[in-house]
Amino acid sequence: MSDERTFFNEMLDEANTPRQPYARLAKWLEDKPANFLTKKGRDAETIFRRLGITFAVYGTEEATERLIPFDPIPRIISAPEWRRLSAGIDQRVRALNAFLHDIYHRQEILRAGRIPADLVLQNEAFLPEMAGFTPARKVYAHIIGTDLVRVSENEFYVLEDNTRTPSGVSYMMENRETMMRLFPDLFQSHRVAAVEQYPENLLQTLESVAPDPSKSSQTIVVLTPGIYNSAYFEHAFLADSMGVELVEGRDLFVDAGHVFMRTTREPKQVDVIYRRIDDAFLDPLTFNPGSMLGVPGLFDAYRAGNVTICNAPGTGIADDKAIYAYVPDIIEFYTGQKPILNNVPTWNCSRPDDLAYVLDNLEEIVVKEVHGSGGYGMLIGPTASKREIAEFRKVLETNPSNYIAQPTLALSACPTHVASGVAPRHVDLRPYVLIGDQVRITPGGLTRVALKKGSLVVNSSQGGGTKDTWVLED
Amino acid sequence: MLGRTASSLFWMSRYHERAQNVSRLLEVACRGAIISHSGQEDGTHWTFALACSDCETGFKQKYEELNARNVAAHMIFSKENTSSIRSSLELARNNARAVRTGITAELWEAINTTWIEFTDVSPQSVTLEKLPDFLSWVNQRAHLFRGALLNTILRDDGYFFSQMGNFVERSDNTARILDTYYWTLLPDSDIIDDGSLEHYQWSAMLRALSGRRSYRFAYPNARLKAFNIAEFLILRTEMPRSLAHCYDWIADTAEDLAQFYGSREPSLDMAAEMARDLAEKQMHEIYQQGLHDFLSDFISKNNLFAHQLGEDYNFA
Repeated sequence: MSDERTFFNEMLDEANTPRQPYARLAKWLEDKPANFLTKKGRDAETIFRRLGITFAVYGTEEATERLIPFDPIPRIISAPEWRRLSAGIDQRVRALNAFLHDIYHRQEILRAGRIPADLVLQNEAFLPEMAGFTPARKVYAHIIGTDLVRVSENEFYVLEDNTRTPSGVSYMMENRETMMRLFPDLFQSHRVAAVEQYPENLLQTLESVAPDPSKSSQTIVVLTPGIYNSAYFEHAFLADSMGVELVEGRDLFVDAGHVFMRTTREPKQVDVIYRRIDDAFLDPLTFNPGSMLGVPGLFDAYRAGNVTICNAPGTGIADDKAIYAYVPDIIEFYTGQKPILNNVPTWNCSRPDDLAYVLDNLEEIVVKEVHGSGGYGMLIGPTASKREIAEFRKVLETNPSNYIAQPTLALSACPTHVASGVAPRHVDLRPYVLIGDQVRITPGGLTRVALKKGSLVVNSSQGGGTKDTWVLED
Repeated sequence: MLGRTASSLFWMSRYHERAQNVSRLLEVACRGAIISHSGQEDGTHWTFALACSDCETGFKQKYEELNARNVAAHMIFSKENTSSIRSSLELARNNARAVRTGITAELWEAINTTWIEFTDVSPQSVTLEKLPDFLSWVNQRAHLFRGALLNTILRDDGYFFSQMGNFVERSDNTARILDTYYWTLLPDSDIIDDGSLEHYQWSAMLRALSGRRSYRFAYPNARLKAFNIAEFLILRTEMPRSLAHCYDWIADTAEDLAQFYGSREPSLDMAAEMARDLAEKQMHEIYQQGLHDFLSDFISKNNLFAHQLGEDYNFA
């Protein structure tokens, strides 16, 4: 188990005195009767279920639609803390987009030897089909969710840059709506930065990267795999709150190099596609020929510059776990500045020295699959049994280049409603960033919380919950 | 609007109407089974419900005994029976989910809450005694759906397609119920006793179409009579489940769609012709043609219309 005394408690300092941003909340929590939060938690669950804010779980016969547990105690970030975080995120997403443009064009960073060329060119996430093509405004990753963890008062690490199709933003929005219904008094006593502008910002971002931005009105669509996808609610939510069509692959077709949707009348030309399906399924003619989700000919229409796909195909290379270790170099290479936000120190198991260290220290560290996600296929040394470690060691030795390793971080903890009352639980943070004509970062983001005592796994598929995240204004 | 969206709105309404129709049929059967003063052996009532909703064959393949528990299992809770209340509510909700962006929050909440509460009910808990309350709940939820729809959605193409689904299903249901027991509605079956099987079936048909009371207002001082009942359920436009009423609504909606899109499609002409036909027809002409022939002809024309509508607006 992680040592419970060494993690950073975001609400209370070493003397158990509330830190300044949490002062009012701590007092408020103290004043409430014992069962108050239990009742509010139930109210919240009813709201979520009625609204259908659910995610689908694969591989279970019953209860295929589940709620993500919602914790009614907000996580608070002060204005100065947020300024630093958002400056760091801004720097990072600009550098990642510059990197994507570079590797699909002149590949200066590879020529300069700052990243081993094979790591990029032999990577599954690198799409040779994108070489030489320049998307509108040179933006590749328009929507990014940067996963952050906090380890002390002033130390945040970037855990992952989700540059493909990051999800969860609808929870950020709905968590806020629910909190405003549950605790209007708390909002009166705190100046909380709004998040409700997100759909408007998303729409502005998508419009700004249309193939012909001078057109008076752009037709924008959200492309979903359909109602059985785990994030379907979010796809519908985003289309609805932007006021655009939610389409499936079968609703679109390509004619003479342009993309159209099938309407009840004449086909309508589409300018921008916010796709929530993976690269491999976009276009059966270019990528996975078995894809039923995609649109035949879409990639050619894209390369002809007649439609914008967000995020661009091939952006996955920027959040590949093997590339991750080089992001600090990427930032320095393209911006000439030191990174504002640090990476977690990472051992690349394809390097013999790193592998040797990892194998010697499996009990202490976290090992992740390079292409894994959702907390699967990973080993958390300190909480794993001897047997799990032994089994993982074998897998790792067979295919070391498939893994990276990181020290076990003492994730910060926030007050959370649990059976016994209020107790600290470990959290991470995913702010949502939009990149188009400008970089827009919604203050706050999605806080995920590991509800089990001592647990460091915050993924919703593994028993994690979410919290509303408040950025206080000055 | 996407063709797929039009399709989902059409089917969302159709399946809700279907769930309500099945529940009303079962309410009638249940009533018969509970107050058996009609003098019929128990099974008759359930046969009526099974036959009118076209699931008698499926039932017989699966169950030997004709009783409340088995009928409820088949017509309410069955996942295999595609016209059970469960299947209808689930399909209605799936269609609504597919067009979350095209319906209002109020409408979605009505649909979603119905489904959540329905799935919370264990089939074992619904005994004959509890069946009426449960069915009336289904009925009320369907009314809530339609009320939320009429009160909250924009009067644009989405609304028009949802109305089409509703009234195509409703007229199909009315025609099927009439056709199932058409022989009791022939004019020469008029000389019958109050306690007879025919009399019971007339009254069951009227109840299954929410017309038992309104019949009294449409035909003051009249006893139940085959000719009147048939006319009431086929030709009287003030009866909201009559074929004539349904096609008035469908033809008006087809006209609205033509105006909305600024072009006339073949389905509009079909609807107008069917509405005009029903408006001009007299009951004795229908008897001359043969009631059964008339009803089967209507059912197939209604299907053809729905098909043409899908063709015209790209939602096949």
